Amino acid sequence: MKAYITKKLLALPLILIGVSLLVFVAIRALPGDPARLMAGPEATQEAVDNMTVRLGLDRSLPAQYASFAYGAVRGDLGISIKSKLPVVAEIAERLPFTIGLAITAYLIAIGIGVPAGMIAAIYRHGWPDQFVMILAIAGASIANFWLALMAMNTFSVQLGWLPLLGAASWKSFILPSITLAVLPTAVIARMTRSSMIEVMSQDYIRTAYAKGVLPRNIYWSHALRNALLPIITIVGLNFGSLMGGAVVTESVFNWPGIGRFLVDAVRYRDYPVIQGVTLVAVTGVVVINFLAEMLIAFLNPKIRFD
Amino acid sequence: MASVDTDIASRRPAVYRGLRWMATHRSITIGGFLIGIIVLAAIFAPLIAPADPYVQDLLATMEPPSLAHPFGTDDNGRDIFARVIFGARISLAEVVLAVGLAVLVGVPLGILSGMSGRYVDQAIMWTMDILFAFPGIVLAILIVSVLGSSLINLLIAIAIFSVPVYARLSRNLTLGLKGMDYVEAAVSLGISRRRIMSHYILRNAIGPIIVQSTLTAGTVILSAASLSFLGLGAQPPLPEWGAMMSDGRNYLGLNIWMSLFPGLAIMITVLGFNILGDGLRDLLDPRK
Repeated sequence: MKAYITKKLLALPLILIGVSLLVFVAIRALPGDPARLMAGPEATQEAVDNMTVRLGLDRSLPAQYASFAYGAVRGDLGISIKSKLPVVAEIAERLPFTIGLAITAYLIAIGIGVPAGMIAAIYRHGWPDQFVMILAIAGASIANFWLALMAMNTFSVQLGWLPLLGAASWKSFILPSITLAVLPTAVIARMTRSSMIEVMSQDYIRTAYAKGVLPRNIYWSHALRNALLPIITIVGLNFGSLMGGAVVTESVFNWPGIGRFLVDAVRYRDYPVIQGVTLVAVTGVVVINFLAEMLIAFLNPKIRFD
Repeated sequence: MASVDTDIASRRPAVYRGLRWMATHRSITIGGFLIGIIVLAAIFAPLIAPADPYVQDLLATMEPPSLAHPFGTDDNGRDIFARVIFGARISLAEVVLAVGLAVLVGVPLGILSGMSGRYVDQAIMWTMDILFAFPGIVLAILIVSVLGSSLINLLIAIAIFSVPVYARLSRNLTLGLKGMDYVEAAVSLGISRRRIMSHYILRNAIGPIIVQSTLTAGTVILSAASLSFLGLGAQPPLPEWGAMMSDGRNYLGLNIWMSLFPGLAIMITVLGFNILGDGLRDLLDPRK
């Protein structure tokens, strides 16, 4: 266990360094002179030169990376070109909205996906199984922004039950979180089903039946507890795809999170924001994947005692 | 006359066997059927479409579905059905280009990684882990913001975030195949490493790579549509399904057809690839 954690812990900064290098190189490859963008369209050559020095763009690339990385570690991601505010402050203002949306979506996905997968496994090959699996494969094949448009059209425009855009009240959460939850619900349902089927064929489940344990108790405590491991894995490792989904969902619903912030930044060529948001989002995904792996190692004696 | 009779007699079991096969391989049949529809629509688009997908008719904008316009018309009076049908060409081209590029880069990298010693292997896998750490959409946005918003740049971006999937898969396959007797025999015969990689490893790894490609195809269409919807991919007036919905979004409540039909087309296509991929995986899985 210790060796496993040490290995994973050592890999973590290596990945983060690689990610920051990639983001740094990509941003430096952006077309246009960032100093000119920063200084504004009517700036004199002198002002642009001053900006070049201020941004450190006259220094060598390794030196620029070093100061970028040093700043990032201290929580300094530069100044937004559009708003002239620190990128970190801008992200901090929007991050709670994205996290709130992601957590709500995951709660919906687990709340529906796990029971649905269990029902499918219990009635394997029966109609409940087929029904759940058809829904799951359809859910994995739908463009979430299309679903968003259809839901907005029905519930906001036609019926007027829910707000169309923004994040004004708790009602604003309903459509974006459901839209974002569709894909993880489908993935979790499939994973729960196959994991449960595997566990249900084990000898100790047969023993439990034989000694007269109620089927309900077998499903919920004997089987589900042992089927949880792959489910946690899939929840943890799918956090990245949830983040990707959030970018699109936030843009459709004008949700004030970091996903829409990123898309807007690309339109304005606001390169410090693109750089900052990408770095924060990927770091979040990497850390959550790491925590999921640790939890799995902790729960799974096969890895723990390796 | 006799020969005709024997022809019919010998043909019947073949048809019967074919139907039996389709009944036992339902996923492949259903998925293949859905993809077949999309492929036919793409090939015969000019024959099927009732109108030119680009021609505007400002006297017939925002019309609901009718006999003349089965899916209605958009804000510029273009026939939505024609645009959806021609959109199939774009989506299939997206799949071929993005999946093809990802396979061409990822598979050789993975095999090389699996065949090489510690350092080359670790360097390749570290690079792949870094790419893999990015949510696909976020990496694609980063790349598109560098290259510029166009469909071709978007496909390059999608191919880049799909490369690690193929690299990891083919590395794992290589590690499994490397220990096989026939590969070791080839090594002891002095066959070159290159030839072993291409003739002994790659040929036996092709099945799982095809399955993965079918499943990746769905992701490619969804990602390309999402980013085109956000304005970071296909640009107007191209009848890309995601870009069409980006127009439709401005007319919610006035014209739902502009968003409804391209989305349905995406669903049918992605559903087809996903079901087909599931079926192929079960078919090739030796455990079943």
